[in-house]
Amino acid sequence: MPKRTDIKSVLVIGSGPIVIGQAAEFDYSGTQACRVLRSEGLRVVLVNSNPATIMTDPEIADATYVEPITPEFVEKIIAKERPDVLLPTLGGQTALNTAISLHENGTLDKYGVELIGANVEAIHKGEDRQLFKGVVEAVNAKIGHGESARSVICHTMDEIIAGVDTLGGYPVVVRPSFTMGGAGSGFAHDEEDLRRIAGQGLALSPTTEVLLEESILGWKEYELELMRDKSDNVVVVCSIENFDPMGVHTGDSITVAPAMTLTDREYQTLRDIGIAIIREVGVDTGGCNIQFAINPADGRIIVIEMNPRVSRSSALASKATGFPIAKIAAKLAVGYTLDEIPNDITEQTPASFEPTLDYVVVKVPRFAFEKFPSADATLTTTMKSVGEAMAMGRNFPEALNKALRSLEKKGSQFSWAGEPGDKDALLTKAQVPTDGRINTVMEAIRAGATQEEVFESTKIDPWFVDQLFLLDEIAAELAQAEKLTPELLRHAKRHGFSDQQVGEIRDLKPDVVREVRHALGIRPVFKTVDTCAAEFAAKTPYFYSSYDEESEVAPRTKPAVIILGSGPNRIGQGIEFDYSCVHASFALSEAGYETVMVNCNPETVSTDYDTSDRLYFEPLTLEDVLEIVHAEKQAGPLAGVIVQLGGQTPLGLAQALKDNGVPIVGTQPEAIDLAEERGAFGRVLKEAGLPAPKHGTAFSFDEAKAIADEIGYPVLARPSYVLGGRGMEIVYDEPSLASYLERHAGLISEHPVLIDRFLDDAVEIDVDALYDGTELYLGGVMEHIEEAGIHSGDSACALPPITLGGYDIKRLRTSTEGIAKGVGVRGLINIQFALSGDILYVLEANPRASRTVPFTSKATAVPLAKAAARISLGATIAELRAEGMLPAEGDGGTLPADAPISVKEAVMPWSRFRDVHGRGVDTVLGPEMRSTGEVMGIDKVFGTAYAKSQAGAYGALPTKGKVFVSVANRDKRNLVFPARALVELGFEVLATSGTAEVLQRGGIPATVVRKHSDGEGPNGERTIVQLIHDGEVDLIINTPYGTGGRLDGYEIRTAAVSRGVPCLTTVQAMGAAVQGIDALLRDEVGVMSLQEHAELINAGRK
Amino acid sequence: MTAPAPTTLRLRRERVPAVLVLEDGRSFHGQAYGAVGETFGEAVFNTGMSGYQETLTDPSYHRQVVVMTAPQIGNTGWNDEDDESRRIWVAGFVVRDPARTPSNWRSLRPLDEELTTQGVVGISGIDTRALTRHLRERGAMRVGIFSGPALADEATLLSRVLQAPEMKGADLCAEVATTEPYIVPAVGGKRFTVAAVDLGIKAMTPQRMAERGIEVHVLPANSTVEDIYAVNPDGVFFSNGPGDPATADHQVAVMQGVLERKTPLFGICFGNQILGRALGFGTYKLKYGHRGINQPVQDRTTGKVEVTAHNHGFAVNAPLDKVSDTPYGRAEVSHVCLNDDVVEGLQCLDTPAFSVQYHPEAAAGPHDAAYLFDRFVDLMAGAPAARTTAGS
Repeated sequence: MPKRTDIKSVLVIGSGPIVIGQAAEFDYSGTQACRVLRSEGLRVVLVNSNPATIMTDPEIADATYVEPITPEFVEKIIAKERPDVLLPTLGGQTALNTAISLHENGTLDKYGVELIGANVEAIHKGEDRQLFKGVVEAVNAKIGHGESARSVICHTMDEIIAGVDTLGGYPVVVRPSFTMGGAGSGFAHDEEDLRRIAGQGLALSPTTEVLLEESILGWKEYELELMRDKSDNVVVVCSIENFDPMGVHTGDSITVAPAMTLTDREYQTLRDIGIAIIREVGVDTGGCNIQFAINPADGRIIVIEMNPRVSRSSALASKATGFPIAKIAAKLAVGYTLDEIPNDITEQTPASFEPTLDYVVVKVPRFAFEKFPSADATLTTTMKSVGEAMAMGRNFPEALNKALRSLEKKGSQFSWAGEPGDKDALLTKAQVPTDGRINTVMEAIRAGATQEEVFESTKIDPWFVDQLFLLDEIAAELAQAEKLTPELLRHAKRHGFSDQQVGEIRDLKPDVVREVRHALGIRPVFKTVDTCAAEFAAKTPYFYSSYDEESEVAPRTKPAVIILGSGPNRIGQGIEFDYSCVHASFALSEAGYETVMVNCNPETVSTDYDTSDRLYFEPLTLEDVLEIVHAEKQAGPLAGVIVQLGGQTPLGLAQALKDNGVPIVGTQPEAIDLAEERGAFGRVLKEAGLPAPKHGTAFSFDEAKAIADEIGYPVLARPSYVLGGRGMEIVYDEPSLASYLERHAGLISEHPVLIDRFLDDAVEIDVDALYDGTELYLGGVMEHIEEAGIHSGDSACALPPITLGGYDIKRLRTSTEGIAKGVGVRGLINIQFALSGDILYVLEANPRASRTVPFTSKATAVPLAKAAARISLGATIAELRAEGMLPAEGDGGTLPADAPISVKEAVMPWSRFRDVHGRGVDTVLGPEMRSTGEVMGIDKVFGTAYAKSQAGAYGALPTKGKVFVSVANRDKRNLVFPARALVELGFEVLATSGTAEVLQRGGIPATVVRKHSDGEGPNGERTIVQLIHDGEVDLIINTPYGTGGRLDGYEIRTAAVSRGVPCLTTVQAMGAAVQGIDALLRDEVGVMSLQEHAELINAGRK
Repeated sequence: MTAPAPTTLRLRRERVPAVLVLEDGRSFHGQAYGAVGETFGEAVFNTGMSGYQETLTDPSYHRQVVVMTAPQIGNTGWNDEDDESRRIWVAGFVVRDPARTPSNWRSLRPLDEELTTQGVVGISGIDTRALTRHLRERGAMRVGIFSGPALADEATLLSRVLQAPEMKGADLCAEVATTEPYIVPAVGGKRFTVAAVDLGIKAMTPQRMAERGIEVHVLPANSTVEDIYAVNPDGVFFSNGPGDPATADHQVAVMQGVLERKTPLFGICFGNQILGRALGFGTYKLKYGHRGINQPVQDRTTGKVEVTAHNHGFAVNAPLDKVSDTPYGRAEVSHVCLNDDVVEGLQCLDTPAFSVQYHPEAAAGPHDAAYLFDRFVDLMAGAPAARTTAGS
C-alpha cells in the first residue's frame, strides 16, 4: 500500500521555543519530517516560532511561518494555505495541544483539514490518565499482563486529600493531566507537600485535573519506543533502561540502551504489553513511547504512561539505534507501511524490523542549577535538566565514562583524587537523587561502601552498582601498579577512562598519558552504528569510538572538514550553535568538501546521520577530538577543523588543537585569545580608535576594589572565558564586590575577573558580521528592547534597529570593521555595543558564531553561518556575493526601508524551578543569562512583531482587562505615556499606592490595590498577589527596585509565573507591549511566510 | 517494598588467556570464559540482545560456537525456568563483556558458573563485532577456542580446527533428540492430540501447543510413520533441530507418509526444510545464516509483517513468484524474510500442511508469530476426515 495520492499539501506544527522538557529534539524530528514530506512531492507548510531551528530554514519547507503556535495564528495560516492535512505528532506537546484545540474549536472541520499520524480519540486515550488506565485494563484482559499503579483522579483539593487514604497513605505521586515534561508533578510525603504540589498541578492542568498514585519509588524503570503503520505492523525500535530508579523524571535520569537487566521473558512481556497498548489506544501511524516500572523484588510490571507522539526519548532512540523514528513516522503518516520503507543505513533491508545493538548507549542529563541558586536541586518527577549528552561504547563503563566527560562540566567525571570522605555521610547523601549523584555513589564506593549498602541507599540496580565497582577496581589497579603496563593502560581505556583520569590517578599530565599511549599504539578504533549488529553491511558512516580491535573508517579522496559541535545544550549554549554547525556542513558539502561532524548531543540536527558526510558521536574533549582527527587524517586529506561555530566548547579546544598540529580554519586561536584577553582587546580598540567603558582586570579583591573605586559604582563584574554571562553581576557597592569575589572564587581561579563600568540607561546593540580579511559584511544590527545590563541572551531585541539612524549604523559598521580587522577574524564576529549619551561603547567582541546568527539570518534572508564556513575555508565575501550566497550589493545594515521588523524574545524557565520550600524562584532579568530559548515575531511594523513575539513566548498579550503596574522610582517618569495609552485602549489600571499616585498626578485613573506586604485588608480586601492568583489580572508590569525592597516584586512575579500572566519587568518592554496591543486591537495582524518576506527583502535590494 | 538481596558472589576470576582460531587462519585473543579447555564447532553469530539462556539451551545450536553480538552478556544470571531443553548445547560461547554480578529476581547463579558446570568452553574480551563482520563476509566456518592446557602455537591450533567436522553434511538431530517418547499434557481441557517428532525440539514449542488444548506426544527423531500413527494424532509436528537437512532422508520419508494421509501437519525450522524436501524442493546452506530475534518476515497470505526469532543456517529453495506443483498437490511460499528474500514458510494448498523456517514459539524472541499455532489448531479443527484415513 503505497503513499496516499489524495494529499497535496501538509501543515507541520513545530514545538516553539526551547524550554525544559521540550528542546532541540523536536527540531531534529521536525526537520526530518519536513524533508521527507517534501521529497515525497508534498507542499510542506510549517509553523514554528523558534528561529534558532533548522526546520525554520526557508529551504526545509515550502512555506515557513515563524509565527506564534497558538490556535489563532495557526488558523490564519490554515485559512491562507488551505493544507489538505495536518501532521501534529512531531512538534511535541505544543503541536499536539494546538492540533487538539483546532479540532475542538472546529477549525479543522471548517477548512476540511484532516489530522494525520494521530487521531484525537487516540491522543485523549494516551494522554488522559483515566482513559489510559482503562486502556491498560483492557490490555490486561486481552493478554494477561500489565497494570496501572493504583490511583485516583481528582479535580479539587478536597478530593485530593481524601484520595490519599484510598491509596493507603503517603508517599503518593501527583501528576497533573496534559502538561509537558511532567510539569507540576512530584512526590508528596505529607499533607503540606500534597497541598502545594497538587494545588499547582490543578492550576497547570488545562483540564484542572490531577492524578494521585501509589508510590513505586525505587522500582526499575524502562521505556519502549514503538512504531505502528496503517496495516497494524508494529516494531519496537529501542528499549531504554533508567540507571536512576523510579522517582526521577526520565529526562533527568541517566538512561541506558538497550535494557541491561531484563531476561528475554521479561523483555518480551514488556514488548507484548507495549504492542497491545499502541493497538488499544489506536495510534494510527507513527511513533509512541511507553514507560514501565518493574518491582525488582518480584517483577510486577506497572505501565506508567505513554506519549502518543514522537518524544524526547524518540530522538534519543533514533540516535542510539540509527533508526530515524521521525522520518519514518512522517512516511507512515502519508500512507506507506514499514515494509515499504528502506532502512537508510543498510539500504538493503526494510524498516519493518527491530534494531539490534552491539554497543551500549548512555545518556546523561545536564543541569543548570548554578543559574538558579535558590532552586531546589533535588530530582523529582518534574524534569529540570536543560540538556543531555549521549555516548556509545562497547561496554557500559566505556559508554558511561564517555557520557560523563561529554557533559563538559567540572566534576562530572569520576575522580579518584584525594580522600573520598565519610562513607555513611556519602551513602546518606546518595539517597536523595540530585545532579551528580552517581559521583557521590562512586565516592561512597571509594570510602568502602559495599554493593549491598549502595543498593540499599539508592536502589540502583545491583548490576549497575557492580559496574561502578568494576571502575573503582580498575582505578585501584592503576593506582597500585608499579608500572603503567600496556595491558593495564589498555584495560583502563577499554573501560572508558580518559587520559585525564588515568593521569590524575598516576600523577601524570594528560598529555604525558596520551604520548605514552600513542607510543604504545593504544588508540581507539571507530565502529559503525548500523542498526543490525553487523549482520548487514552499513552504508552510512555513523561512528563511535571504542578501545577494540578493528576500525571501520573507510578511506576517502575528497578533502575533509571537521566541524566541532557544541555538546550538550545548556543555558547560554543551545540550539543556535547547532544551527550554525549544520549550516556549515550543508555549505561545505555543496562546495565539494567531505564534511565530518563531531558532537555528543542526541537532541540535535547535527547528530542526524544524514546531515554530514560522516558523523562521529563523540565527546568534545581534546583527547577524543585528537583521535578523530588522527582517524580522519589516515582516511584521506584533511582541510581543517572548524571551531568557531559551536560556541564556547570547540573554541575552548582551539589553541590546544593547534598546539597539537591540527589545522584550524577560519579565525585562528590567537585571534580568539585577542578578543577574550582584556588587555590585548583594549589595545585593539585603541588602535581602532574606539571607546570602551572604563574597565580593568583583577585577580584579587584589592585589585578589584582599586578598579571599581576608579571607575565608580555600579560596576559590571564577570569572570573571563565564560559564555552566557555565567557569574556576571551588576555590583552596586564595595561589600557586594567582596561577596561577589568570594562566591565566584571557583570561576576566577584560573582566569581573572573583569570589572567594567556599568552603563546605566544605555541602549544595547548586538552586531553579527562576516569578515574575510578585506571586506566586512554587516549581517545585522539588533537593538535591545531592555536597557544595558540585561544579558543579551535574555533581552528582547529588534532587527532592523527601531531607534537607530543611518549615522549610528555607519558608526557601528566602522567600529565592527576596525575590531574584525584588529582581531584577525576570518568568518563571523559578534560585537555588543552600548549607546550611552551618544557615545558608542564596545562592551565585548566574540570572534565566533553568536547565539543570534540564526535570528539574524532569518530576519535578513541571508545564510550567515554558511557564508562564515565558506570564508573559513578561503572564499571571499566578493566571491560569495558573486555566487549568490550573499546579496550582490548591500548588507544587513542597509536593509530596504520596507523590510519587515523582526523581534526576538527570550523564554525563561522560571515555572520549572521551586526553592527547597516549594516556592517559585524570582523572575528578574539580569546580566547572567537564564533563558532556555527564544522566539521570533516578524511583521511589517514593530508593534505587531513585538505582539507576535510575546504570543510566541508567553501567550498572547491581552487586549482588554486589568493591568497591574508597579515600577521602581527611576522608571516612574517613563511610565505615564504607556500607562495613558493602556487606559485609552480600554484597560483598567491597578497600582500600589506609590505608583498610583504618580499615575493620578499624570491624569491617569488608577485603582489602588494592597501590596503583598500589607496583607489582606480589614474587610477582606485582597492583595495584588491574591488578585493575580485569583485570575483577575491580565497583564503585569513590574520593574525590580535594585538591591533592596524586592520582596513584593518577588511575590508578584512568581505569582504571575504560576498563573501564566504576562509579566514585563522593564519599562521599555511596556512601551513595546502597548504598541503590540494597539496592533492587536486594530486587528491588523496577519501571517506571512519567511519565503514571502525574503522575496520582499530581495526585491527591495534590487 | 522488599529489596532483592544483591548477589554477593563476586567473580574475581584471574584473567586466563584464551584464543579463538577460525579455519581461515584469523585468530582473536581474549580471556577464558566458562570452562577452560578446548572446543570446536561451526562459528555463527547471534544478534539477539536478550535471551542468552534460551539460546544456549536450544538444541539447534548443537556443534555450533555462538558469538553473541550484544556485548554485555550474563547480566541476568541463570535460572531454572528459562531452559529450552535439558542442557546447554552450544559447542562454545563467545562474548565481549561478561557480567560479574548478575541481577534479576529469578537469577539463581551466574552464567559463567553454569557454563563451567556444564563444561562449556568460552572466550571473552574479544572484538566480537570484528569477528561477526568476518563471518558475514566469509561465511560461517569452523572454529576452535583454546585456553589453559589446550593453548599451543597458532599453527598447531589451526590444524586442530581444520580436523574438526564441517556442518555441511552433518546428521545431528538424533544426537539431541529424546530417545524415549514423552507426553506434554494439554493445559485446561484437551482438544487435540499431536505427534511431535523431536529433531531438537525446544521446550516452548510443546508448551505453546499445550496452552491451546493440545496433548503433545514427543517422539524420537527416528520414529516411523507407524510410531506416529500409534498415538492416534489429530496433527503431526516436525520440530527444529541441528544439522544439514540434506541428511534427513528418514524424516523426509516419514513426512511424506504423513502428507499422503493428509493429516494436518506443521513444521518449524528443520521441520520446514523437511517439508521442502518432502515436496521436492532443494535445501541449501546460507552464507552465514539467520540467528537473531529481530528478523522481519512477511506473511504473504495477509501481507502483514512480523518480527521473528530465527536460528537457521540452511534454507529451502522454492520459487517465490509462483505456485508449485508437487506430488502432494499445489504448494507455495507463504512467508518470506524481507531482509534477503529467503523462504521462511511453505504452505500446501491441497494438503493440510504448512511450515515455517523461523520460531513462532519464540523463547528467545518476540511473540508476533504465535498465531501459527492457532493456524495449526484451525487446521486440525477443520480437517477431522484426515484422521479417519490414517489407519488404513
